[in-house]
Amino acid sequence: MLEIRNLHARAGETEILKGIDLTVRAGEVHAVMGPNGSGKSTLAQVLAGHPAFEVTEGSVLYDGRDLLDMDPEVRAQAGLFLAFQYPVEIPGVTNAYFLRAALNEIRKARGQEEVDPIEFLELVDQKLKLVDWGPEVMSRQVNAGFSGGEKKRNEILQMAILEPRLAILDETDSGLDIDALRIVAEGVNRLRRPDNATILVTHYQRLLNYIVPDFVHVLYDGQIVKSGGKELALELEAKGYEWLTGEAAPA
Amino acid sequence: MTSSVESLVNQQYKYGFVTDIEADTIPRGLNEDVIRLISAKKGEPPFMLEWRLRAYRRWLSMEEPHHWANIQYPPIDYQDIIYYSAPKSAKPLASLDEVDPKLLQTYEKLGISLSEQKWLSGVAVDAIFDSVSVATTFKATLAKQGIVFCSFSEAVREHPDLVERYLGSVVPYNDNFFAALNSAVFSDGSFVYVPKGVRCPMELSTYFRMNTANAGQFERTLIVADEGAYVSYLEGCTAPRRDTNQLHAAVVELVALAGAQIKYSTVQNWYAGDEEGKGGIYNFVTKRGKCAGAGAKISWTQVETGSAITWKYPSVILQGDDTVGEFYSVAVVNGHQQADTGTKMIHLGRRSRSTIVSKGISAGQGNNSYRGQVKVLPRAEGARNYTQCDSMLIGNRCGAHTFPYIDVQNSSSSVEHEASTSKIGEDQIFYCKQRGLNTENAISMIVNGFCKEVFQNLPMEFAVEAQKLLGISLEGSVG
Repeated sequence: MLEIRNLHARAGETEILKGIDLTVRAGEVHAVMGPNGSGKSTLAQVLAGHPAFEVTEGSVLYDGRDLLDMDPEVRAQAGLFLAFQYPVEIPGVTNAYFLRAALNEIRKARGQEEVDPIEFLELVDQKLKLVDWGPEVMSRQVNAGFSGGEKKRNEILQMAILEPRLAILDETDSGLDIDALRIVAEGVNRLRRPDNATILVTHYQRLLNYIVPDFVHVLYDGQIVKSGGKELALELEAKGYEWLTGEAAPA
Repeated sequence: MTSSVESLVNQQYKYGFVTDIEADTIPRGLNEDVIRLISAKKGEPPFMLEWRLRAYRRWLSMEEPHHWANIQYPPIDYQDIIYYSAPKSAKPLASLDEVDPKLLQTYEKLGISLSEQKWLSGVAVDAIFDSVSVATTFKATLAKQGIVFCSFSEAVREHPDLVERYLGSVVPYNDNFFAALNSAVFSDGSFVYVPKGVRCPMELSTYFRMNTANAGQFERTLIVADEGAYVSYLEGCTAPRRDTNQLHAAVVELVALAGAQIKYSTVQNWYAGDEEGKGGIYNFVTKRGKCAGAGAKISWTQVETGSAITWKYPSVILQGDDTVGEFYSVAVVNGHQQADTGTKMIHLGRRSRSTIVSKGISAGQGNNSYRGQVKVLPRAEGARNYTQCDSMLIGNRCGAHTFPYIDVQNSSSSVEHEASTSKIGEDQIFYCKQRGLNTENAISMIVNGFCKEVFQNLPMEFAVEAQKLLGISLEGSVG
């Protein structure tokens, strides 16, 4: 589904990604871990097409298409979803209005009929249960006045409604208390299907107690320095990152 | 994103066409004879001419308000303006069937139908073309309830007592430079009188169109709601694309007697000038309402997207006890537009209340200023005001300014002022794009969300129109 080859990217003059290789197949969950400043969030943003980053080298194929050649909204319409580390507030626009507009853009791109407000509310009804919320959240303004935890939950709700093929969760666990973490993880688990895939970007192993990954990758200084199965995450938890970063440091 | 921004700015002003019609146009320039000529052309009674001449003499000694408003423009040569221009065919008409087809077509093209059958939504229209009213719809229907809705010229002839009683009672002829000029030379406008206890059954509206080059438009509108009456009034405006600036100096007076309510909505879309800032309308307007009796309410809602320069402060004098004044405004500047707009709430009555919600959006190299005064006089015990003033910046070449003046002269009143400035961020746009929306839809969604509190005060048809207009005004504004 996703093939990243030798990906280099920079913000301004600073090179952040220095040759990433990663393959994600349908049905898989990948965890990307690493210390602060290793480039985890940059990788997530570059895949979503954030204009602050410039790709200088390498390629990314998404379902056989050149992802880097697609505008951010085209990537979204093709089923790529980013759950933001810092979800953005849009005052005056309700969740319902925002999400129906987004869903309809995605449906149009897929050649499907748009949904009217009534159909949309029916659809949302089931999705709300995933994040343990009532319908009143749909008339709240997008992320405005939400607590940090509510914002993250709202990202998962959006993901549930938009049904992405590839979901990238950027530090969705950070700043969550244990109950919120459980709700978020539960939402992600219930959305797992054989035909979609998930990339979890996280600093802590904690999230992986709730969402069990198929693969774990350690990112350090813009490169993947180690990959393994779910047990790698436990090893990291026990030993910290130093044993890997020491290994990867240039001689 | 730069290219999309530019295409947005360069979007054609869709109302920029000129109607080729034979006009009765007087020579440029202003003196007492011109005023006598205008008055004579309109067949006015002597009191009207006297009033005009008093205003003119006062105007001669007044100074243009150049120094305090946050706007810049070259000096206006008042002798180079045409003060009266009317389509030749515009004589008093017995029915709409007699209106020159060219004029009907002009309004059709603007999306305003003057055929009563075509209006399903129940809006009566007074159509003003340059200096005269060319048609007023639904007059007969409204007259059955005693409501007078006609052109100002007709009101001067048919209802001189009402005009004489209320004209200048809210905006005196010597109020300010542009109001004095208007009082001297005003050509036409709308007049509304709603009798005691009558709720006007349809929206009344005036559509202003400037056509002739070098002509100024000086309309005057007077709306009187007698005790317990209710009326909702809408105003729309457009003008052709021209290289030269044109002056539009209007006066609107509202009088709400005890228990009456007037809701006045404006969607202003005068030609704003081209990408280099050449041409466009100077929109220098005085609008004021008076809540003359207890419990009266006046509400202004404005969406200002056009004009090269906007200078207007729709205000409310809260004279009666328990009166209510409201001002909801969206002002958008793009390209080289400048706006200095806001309101004045003058509290005289006890427990009078006012609300001000102003949303300023600046894009391109536009410059947007909110200027608002809240004045509470000693007698106005228990008065309250709430002001919310938000600015949004799009891009980094535009400006937003806020000039609040608050003067409270008793200790039992409360005044609140909240202000915010936000920048429409790359992050907000990216967030929307990541959910599948393109840049233009994203901006339009963010901006409409920002303006929501104002739009929800507009009548339905107008709200839809305003949202579309906002989209067009800002197209291509993000670089």
